[in-house]
Amino acid sequence: MFRATDRDARRRLRCTVTGVVQGVGFRPFVHRLATELALTGFVGNDALAVFVEVQGSGDAVAAFERRLTAEAPPLSAIAAVVATDLPTADETGFAIVASTGGSGARTLVPPDVATCGNCLAELADPADRRYRHPFITCTDCGPRFTIIRDLPYDRPATTMTDFPMCAACAGEYEDPADRRFHAQPVACPDCGPVLWFTEGGARVDGADAAIAAAQRALLDGRIVAVKGIGGYHLACRADSDAAIARLRERKARDQKPFALLARDLAVARGLARIDAAEEHVLTCPARPIVLLRRRFGAPVAEAVAPGNPLLGVLLPYTPVHHLLFAPVPGSTAVPPELLVMTSANLSDEPLCFDDLDAAARLPRLADAVLTHDRPIHVPCDDSVVRVVDGAELPIRRSRGYAPLPVALGRELPPTLAVGGELKNTCCLVDGRNAFCSAHIGDMGNAETTRAFERAVDQLTTLHRLRPEVLAADAHPAYLTRAWAERHAGEPGEPALRFVQHHHAHVVSLLAEHGRIGEPVIGVAFDGTGFGADAAVWGGEILVLGNDTARYRRAGHLLPVSLPGGDAAVRNPCRMALAYLDAAGVPLAEDLPPVAACGRAEFAGVRSLLASGVGTVSCTSMGRLFDAVAALLGVRQRIGYEAQAAIELEIRAQQAQSIEPDGVEPLRFAVRDGVLDHRPVIRGLVAGLRAGEDPGVAAYRFHLAIADAVADCVGRIARDTGIRSVGLTGGVFQNVLLAGACRDRLEQRGLTVLTHHLVPPNDGGLALGQAVVAALAEGG
Amino acid sequence: LAHGSGGKATQTLIEAIFLEAFRNPLLEPLEDAAELTMNGTRLALTTDSFVVSPLFFPGGNIGDLAINGTVNDLAVSGATPRFLTAGFILEEGFPVADLTRIVDSMRAAAEAAGVSVVTGDTKVVQRGKADGCYINTAGVGLIEYPGTLGVATARPGDAVLVSGPIGEHGVTVLLARGELDIEADLVSDTAPVHGLVAELLASTSGVRAMRDATRGGVATILNEVARAADVAVVVDEDAVPVGTEVRGASELLGIDPLYVACEGRIVVIVDGAEADTALAALRRHPLGEQAAVIGRIKEDPPGLVLLNTVFGGTRICDLLVGDPLPRIC
Ligand SMILES: [Fe+3]
Ligand SMILES: [Mg+2]
Ligand SMILES: [Zn+2]
Ligand SMILES: [Zn+2]
Repeated sequence: MFRATDRDARRRLRCTVTGVVQGVGFRPFVHRLATELALTGFVGNDALAVFVEVQGSGDAVAAFERRLTAEAPPLSAIAAVVATDLPTADETGFAIVASTGGSGARTLVPPDVATCGNCLAELADPADRRYRHPFITCTDCGPRFTIIRDLPYDRPATTMTDFPMCAACAGEYEDPADRRFHAQPVACPDCGPVLWFTEGGARVDGADAAIAAAQRALLDGRIVAVKGIGGYHLACRADSDAAIARLRERKARDQKPFALLARDLAVARGLARIDAAEEHVLTCPARPIVLLRRRFGAPVAEAVAPGNPLLGVLLPYTPVHHLLFAPVPGSTAVPPELLVMTSANLSDEPLCFDDLDAAARLPRLADAVLTHDRPIHVPCDDSVVRVVDGAELPIRRSRGYAPLPVALGRELPPTLAVGGELKNTCCLVDGRNAFCSAHIGDMGNAETTRAFERAVDQLTTLHRLRPEVLAADAHPAYLTRAWAERHAGEPGEPALRFVQHHHAHVVSLLAEHGRIGEPVIGVAFDGTGFGADAAVWGGEILVLGNDTARYRRAGHLLPVSLPGGDAAVRNPCRMALAYLDAAGVPLAEDLPPVAACGRAEFAGVRSLLASGVGTVSCTSMGRLFDAVAALLGVRQRIGYEAQAAIELEIRAQQAQSIEPDGVEPLRFAVRDGVLDHRPVIRGLVAGLRAGEDPGVAAYRFHLAIADAVADCVGRIARDTGIRSVGLTGGVFQNVLLAGACRDRLEQRGLTVLTHHLVPPNDGGLALGQAVVAALAEGG
Repeated sequence: LAHGSGGKATQTLIEAIFLEAFRNPLLEPLEDAAELTMNGTRLALTTDSFVVSPLFFPGGNIGDLAINGTVNDLAVSGATPRFLTAGFILEEGFPVADLTRIVDSMRAAAEAAGVSVVTGDTKVVQRGKADGCYINTAGVGLIEYPGTLGVATARPGDAVLVSGPIGEHGVTVLLARGELDIEADLVSDTAPVHGLVAELLASTSGVRAMRDATRGGVATILNEVARAADVAVVVDEDAVPVGTEVRGASELLGIDPLYVACEGRIVVIVDGAEADTALAALRRHPLGEQAAVIGRIKEDPPGLVLLNTVFGGTRICDLLVGDPLPRIC
């Protein structure tokens, strides 16, 4: 290779840029930069990368190389730039060349992005040709992931292929100086998709008329389905108990909180306290639902989030949302400020996103529909995050984040992990990156299985990858495992590896911190995972050495009998009987869970526990939370997953400020890594009978767990010399517990890892599965 | 241990070991009975072993179970049950009075079913080597029904029926062990279904297949149908007849009645156009008074059983795997 040394000598440089560089305005940026520096050459896309060749003075080329990464567009994420000098050529001008397909795609699909400020300004400008155009978008914003059928990301590979551009749009699309240059979803009122409204068979056409009709229906308390970026939502007034009650009935969703779409930050501030970090997440281009601390007297109906001190709030992220909240010129319809916004599906079913499916499912759910004709290729639910100590804690990683990769920091064989059973996601490892799918849902129903297969298809198609390894949870009744078994093992099919549930949780945490291969003590607390001994695990402390693919179970909760499978999970009072029984506490009538059980139920559960019939050994922390919630009279039966544990945390948080003075702390007995909860249960019963406030008791219970974790992990750290501790599993969505554990572990000089990229719950499981299986297969 | 539950493990065991070893065209369909043709006469042949604890339970005992079980396997194959064999494995010291009670029930059951026990065998094993008494019966029946029956013949549009409330035998036996403090006024549904089947087959030529829903319950049968015919079986949860006692006990145990054994209930796959006729025929018979159409055969998704739940969702109803473990995380 030669390199020009003379500063004035002409030089030609080829750069191959990989990462998130398509669909984010990268080529126009390159064009602008090259033109500004008076360079000649070209820029193009293939399925692998963006490639650039520039030619000019040595200074200008050097400046180009530096500014290429320093000034890259805000939505891009450059993984690598490979630069090579070439002999100079005869050429004039700088061109953008047509995309070429390629094999072995490495270019990353960008996530969907909320409408940008420039587009919003045009949307509100009567002089602009896209004034009030519901599909306004540019290189900085709009749908991406959900409309891409294939790579390279170009209009024919998206669902916009059905909308030929008018001359004006084509001009912008082809003008490198325009901010819509090669923005694939670009359109205008003359050539783009159209919006309409239907109710009771009557159709209202025209964007403004449709928006006004939707506003009127919402104001009247009706449920309106709104087609968005990743699927249909159901919207209704946030201040109407009657409307929300109907929404709950139609969705078969009893008590689980609904999210709120607020017109703007000011409206959101009326609902909840929002600090700078929360504001940042709330307004970031991904626009997730952020769980915020509810303001006393927030103007929402009780039914939105009954008894919950948190409210899930998000801000508008599509032009349609913005239009819904604004007055329609010439219309008397009153726009809302705040809407309940929930995915259009029955509880537990996947999001409704294609129009045929919508036609079949929406009539039962919605009174009216505000829809459009731009197809959604893949569904994508809203993401949910909580902000803890200024950092994001993902609860559901989906729209705005998927399919951004997790960089693994090492090369692994192509692997597909099928994830868990609830909150399923799948994950594809492609060399050095792991691509996690959007949230898919709960696998028990047929629709989710179809959604799962579609997600797998999309991941493997976009990455042109045939996995060599399939990874699944070891639970024999997981439908994901059954699916993996049907697709592995035969000649020409990938090898199948089962990964223990909590091992996968711990490794998901290692992977997102780029610490694969580093020793860690993993505290994996969740509801249920299939244990290596065929029991139900969920209160596990695992030790991983340098070989991330192996673990040793160094600690766990003392096992109790779980009576009656999933029925015990749905009825925390039954779990409480199991823990009381194990602790040797007589099951007396004054105890809330005993009182909550009917006579027959009580006798039945007690006989299950006594005989062992219909029971299974269980070390689940989630079940211990359920039991304590029932014992303290907080919640006896649940209407959604983890409800009892969530409410227990709420009570504890509220009581935090009350000093439990002079009270002996609750203590687990920790022996040989076994966290014995019996003294805690007995202590709670004693407190209950002494008239202790349940909130204070709940708070003391949280501290007892943190003490026990610190104690047990501290000993393991001493014995093994391992200084890193990971907190993972759905239980660590509990901010109070996570904080208390972190404080105690850091006091011992240990480094604490928590989740920031993938959820601690089973939504993150696939990442860990993929890494373990890939490593085991020869990574 | 999980190999006896009638679920996925049993299926794997059967396919991996027995089908592999004995593979032949008569065995391959894995129906309840094999169809043999001898001298132009079509015969059905079946065998079944009975292990049940306790041996005596409300509504029956291992004796009538052993007769009815084999009679039913013949009946659902479209055969008229004729001759049975009975083999006994007795634990040393098994009370003669109990054996007499069992054999008396067998005689009564055989009479009721119109079959003769024509040969038998008895072995006594050491104390502790058997759980009191095991019985094996085999049976031969005459197939006069002209059509072809078999779960592989199910096709989209067909209706799925059950002949009565499900799960009563399984729950009765579980409760009869006396370990559970669950009050339920239940008796086993054990009964010979040949009369019911005869009534059905006489009323319509649209029957594709019948199965007695024994171990693994109705759900296991439906999975066999879905796989054998490569169709979807779509069941409406609220159409499935389940008694309140069975429902209550199942809820406590965290099990689904669809997986609980019956000993006198049949699942019928019938041409959709004949569903009403078939239902009426079943209901004319005392054993079928509470028969119901519980679902339909559809094209998609092949190989799966789907349950339309009372909440309006659709759940996949897979083969049972071992003990019911919670899946909720
Ligand atoms: Fe988990
Ligand atoms: Mg049989
Ligand atoms: Zn924009
Ligand atoms: Zn246009």
